[in-house]
Amino acid sequence: MDTVFFVGILGLALVKATPIAFGAMSGLMCERSGVINIAIEGMMLMGAMMAFLGSVLFDDLTGGNMPQAASLVVGLLAAMLGAGLIALLHAVLSIHYKVDQIISGTVINLLAIGITNFTANAYIDPNGIAGVGVFPVITIPILSKIPFIGPIFFDHAPLVYLMLIMVALLQYALFKTPWGLRTRAVGEHPRAADTVGINVNRRRYINVTLGGLLAGLGGAFLVLESVGRFQKLMTTGRGFIALAAMIFGKWTSVGALGSAYLFGLSEALGVRLQLGDVNELQALALLIGLGLALLALVFAGLKLLRRGTDKRPTRAIGIVAIAGLALIGAALFINWPPVEIPIQFLGLLPYVVTILVLAGFVGRAIPPAAIGKPYEKA
Amino acid sequence: MATAEPTRSSRWRGLLSRVAVPLLAIFTALLVSAVVLVIQGTNPIDAYSALGEGAFGSQTAIIETLIKTAPFILAGLGIALAFRGGLFNIGVQGQLFMGSAFSVWVGYTFELPAIIHIPLALAAGMLGGALWAAIPGILKARNGAHEVITTIMLNFIASIVINWSISPGGPLRAPRTVVPETLPVHETARLPVLIADSRLHAGVIVALIAAFAVYWLLWRTVSGFEIRTVGANPSAARYAGINVGYNIVLTMMLSGALAGLGGAIQVLGLEPYNFTIGFNVGLGFDSIAVAVLGGIHPLGVVISAFLFGAMDAGSRLMQLRTKVPIDIVTITQGLILAFVAANVIIRQIYRIRAETEEGPVKLSELYGGED
Repeated sequence: MDTVFFVGILGLALVKATPIAFGAMSGLMCERSGVINIAIEGMMLMGAMMAFLGSVLFDDLTGGNMPQAASLVVGLLAAMLGAGLIALLHAVLSIHYKVDQIISGTVINLLAIGITNFTANAYIDPNGIAGVGVFPVITIPILSKIPFIGPIFFDHAPLVYLMLIMVALLQYALFKTPWGLRTRAVGEHPRAADTVGINVNRRRYINVTLGGLLAGLGGAFLVLESVGRFQKLMTTGRGFIALAAMIFGKWTSVGALGSAYLFGLSEALGVRLQLGDVNELQALALLIGLGLALLALVFAGLKLLRRGTDKRPTRAIGIVAIAGLALIGAALFINWPPVEIPIQFLGLLPYVVTILVLAGFVGRAIPPAAIGKPYEKA
Repeated sequence: MATAEPTRSSRWRGLLSRVAVPLLAIFTALLVSAVVLVIQGTNPIDAYSALGEGAFGSQTAIIETLIKTAPFILAGLGIALAFRGGLFNIGVQGQLFMGSAFSVWVGYTFELPAIIHIPLALAAGMLGGALWAAIPGILKARNGAHEVITTIMLNFIASIVINWSISPGGPLRAPRTVVPETLPVHETARLPVLIADSRLHAGVIVALIAAFAVYWLLWRTVSGFEIRTVGANPSAARYAGINVGYNIVLTMMLSGALAGLGGAIQVLGLEPYNFTIGFNVGLGFDSIAVAVLGGIHPLGVVISAFLFGAMDAGSRLMQLRTKVPIDIVTITQGLILAFVAANVIIRQIYRIRAETEEGPVKLSELYGGED
C-alpha cells in the first residue's frame, strides 16, 4: 500500500466521521444537561429531508437565478430548522410533560420516519425532484500542502471543517466556560444548580434544541455534501452510531470525534475492501493500529492537560503508541495473506465497543448523574 | 390521614378514565393525521374509510388484520413484561430476528412429525430470543450497563449477523439461490391454518395463549410477584431478600423469549416460510407504542396490538384507493404514543380528571445509575 492510498483512506475516514460526529455532539448537548437523546437518528433524518427541500425550493422560487451556494446554504438552515423543531418536541414532551425520555425519543424517531417517508412518497419521488448539487471541496491554501496532514485534514467540503470547529468549540465551552459549568451542573445535580439560581428546565430546553440543530447539520451533510439528493431512511442507523460514539467518547466532544473517526475509518475500510483495494487482514491491522495510536494520543493529551493529577503511567501510553504505530507499519509494508473474513463484520465495531465500555470491560463510561430524571422544583 | 376506601363509583370512574384516555389519544392522533392528509390534498374521510374497509371490510381483510396483530401481541408482551420488571427492552427487534433465525433453522433442518416439529421450532424461536436478551440482562445485573443502550446496540449486531448469515457463503443461506434467503421450513414445521384456504394461521392462538400466560405469571405466581417487586423498587426488593440480579436476567430472557416467539410465528406461519432481508424491520419499535398504549397490561396489549394490526392491514387498501402513502400510519402511531405517554395533554383537551392509580411509565430515571 503506498502513502497516497493510505492518506486517501484517512481522509475518507474523516468525511465518513462527519455526520457521526455532528450526531454525537447533538447527543452530548442533550445528555450533558440531563436529557437522554436516543432520537439523534430521527433528528438527522428530518435534517436531511429539510436540507433537500430547503435547497430545492429556494432554487425553484428564485427561478434558478441565485448561485448554487446560496441554495445550499438555505438548505443548511432549513435542515437546522427542521431538526431543531423536532428536537423542541422532544424537549416539550420530556421536560414539560415529563414523559419518559426513552419513550419520547421513540416518538421522535417514529414521527421522523413517518414524516420523511410520507413526504418522499407523496411529493419528492412522484415529482422526480432532483437536488441542486453539493458543496464544492475547498482546499485550504498552505495548510493543505503540509505533507501527510494536509490532504487528510485540509482538503474537504465546508461541513467537514465546520464539524472540526464545532468539536473544538463545544469541548472548550463545556469544560472551560461558565455556560459549560452550568450545563454540566444541571446534568449532574439539578437541585444544587437550582439552588444557585440556574433555571434548570430552561437550560434543558435550550440544550435539547441546540442539540437538534447539530443533528440537523449531520443530516444536511448526507444530502448537501455526500449524495446530493434525499433518499428514504438515508441515515441508515448513523444516528445510533453517533449515540455509540458519544458513549465511547465518554460524553466529551473530543472523545466523540475520536470515536466517530474510528467508526468512520471502519466504514472507509469497508468501502475499500469492497473495491478490493486492501485485503481483510491488512484492513484489520490498520484499524486496530490506528485505534491504538488514537487512544495513545488522547491519553497523552489528557496527561498534558491535567499536569500531575493524571495517574496513567507514561510508559504504558508509550507502549500503546508504539504498538499502534507498529501495526500501522505492518499494515502498510507487509504483504498480508488473503483470508476470507466477511466484511459485514467491520460494521460491528461501533456497537461492540459501546457495549464493552458500558459494561466496564474497557475503561468505564459513566453518564451524567441526573440523566433521565425530569426536574421537579421543590 | 387515612385513605378512603375506593367506592364502587370511584372505581368505575378510574376504569372509565383508564379506557377513555387511550381512546381519546387515538382519536386525537387520527385528527392530527387528518390535518396532514388535508395538507397533502386527500379527503381524510375517504382515506380513513378505505383504511377501515381494508382492515375489517371482508373476511380476508379481518384475517389480514389478525395475522398482523399476532406478532404485535408477542413483541408488545415482551416489552410490557420487561416494563413490569423495571427494564426497558428496546432490543425486541434483535431478539425477534434471532428467534426467527433459530426457528427457521430447526424448521428446515430436522425431519420430524408435525406434532413434535411445530412445538420444537416454536421453542427454538423462544430460545433464540431469550439467549440474545440474556446478554443485556447479564450485563445489567453484573456490570450495571443500562439495558437501553446495550439492547439498541444488540439490535444492530443482530441485524448485521443475520444479514451475513444469509449472504453468499453464510451458514443459513439457501443453496442455489440468487437472493439472500434461507430455505423454507418443512411442511411439518408450518403452523396449521385455522380457516381452510386462508392465511389465518395458528400463530394468532399462540399469541393469545402467551398473553394469558404473561398475565398468569405476573399476577398469579411468586416469580411474577418478585419480578414486579424488582420493577417497582429494586432496593426494597433487595432488602426483602429477593435476588435482584437473577430477576433482571430472568425478566430479560422471558421478554426475549416472547419476542423470539413473535419472530418464530412469522416464519412458521406465513408464506414463503423462510427468512429474508428486510424481514419484519420496524416491528420492534412499533411494539413499544403497542405496549405503552396497552397500559403495559397483557389484555391492553392484545387490544392495542389489534388496533395496530388493523392499521397496518388497512393501510394497503388506503394507499391503493386514495394514493395516500402508507407512511401516514407510522405518523399516526407515533402521535398515539406521544399522546398516551403525555396523557396530560389529552386530559387538558378533554377535561378529564386525573386518576390516582398508576402514573405514566417512568423507566429511564435510573439511566444515570442508581442513587
